[in-house]
Amino acid sequence: MADGVKPRVKAPSKAAAGEAVVLKTLISHTMESGQRKNKDGSLIPRSIINRFTCDFNGKSVIDVEMHPAISTNPYFEFEAVIPETGELKFTWYDDDGSVYEDAKQVTVG
Amino acid sequence: MEFNRRETLALGLGAAAFVALPVRFAAAATGDEMIAAFTGGAAVADGGITLTAPEIAENGNTVPVAVSAEGASSVMILAMGNPTPGIATFNFGEAAGAHTASTRIRLAGTQDVVAIAKMADGSFARASSTVKVTIGGCGG
Repeated sequence: MADGVKPRVKAPSKAAAGEAVVLKTLISHTMESGQRKNKDGSLIPRSIINRFTCDFNGKSVIDVEMHPAISTNPYFEFEAVIPETGELKFTWYDDDGSVYEDAKQVTVG
Repeated sequence: MEFNRRETLALGLGAAAFVALPVRFAAAATGDEMIAAFTGGAAVADGGITLTAPEIAENGNTVPVAVSAEGASSVMILAMGNPTPGIATFNFGEAAGAHTASTRIRLAGTQDVVAIAKMADGSFARASSTVKVTIGGCGG
């Protein structure tokens, strides 16, 4: 499932030093649970994103282990502390080995 | 060795029960097994963690849930009534702000959603919430 996967991230471009900012992420993905059956009655194989991570300047913000019970188009909202100007890096790991990435620059000023 | 009708039937029933039993047992125990694997068998206290979930979810395909646990290093969420109880495990890093996270989950039917937090000092806290689901979200 490497087609049509589009990560979207909402992060502030500016922050005060040491401020906790709210980050919202959404990625379009079918998150096939492996429980559903197709018209012939056979199971549709599982195909999900199994891990999501967010780093700020190489320091981990959150690392989420995901199971099939996460909805289609996985959405996460969490907070990060921004001590200095830097880059937020978001990474999603697919069951099929694909890795989807996005990055946001945050300026302290 | 000869079997009469009665013995054959008994043998068949016994075999069927033997096959069915472990499967059912495994499916029922997984939620608790996952908790045991996460906590390592340690005692789990109530409180210290907040799980926000709707009382009634019309559509089990997207149920918004949020967890908040100050001082937690990781939080595991489980849907006890799903075919696979695991939902997600949030591991908070050093750059995390308030230890809160929210996401959207699938629920197969009306059930308990359980969140277990592993605190930085090694203790565990638990919160659970019952969600009524009108339309299940696991297909099939």
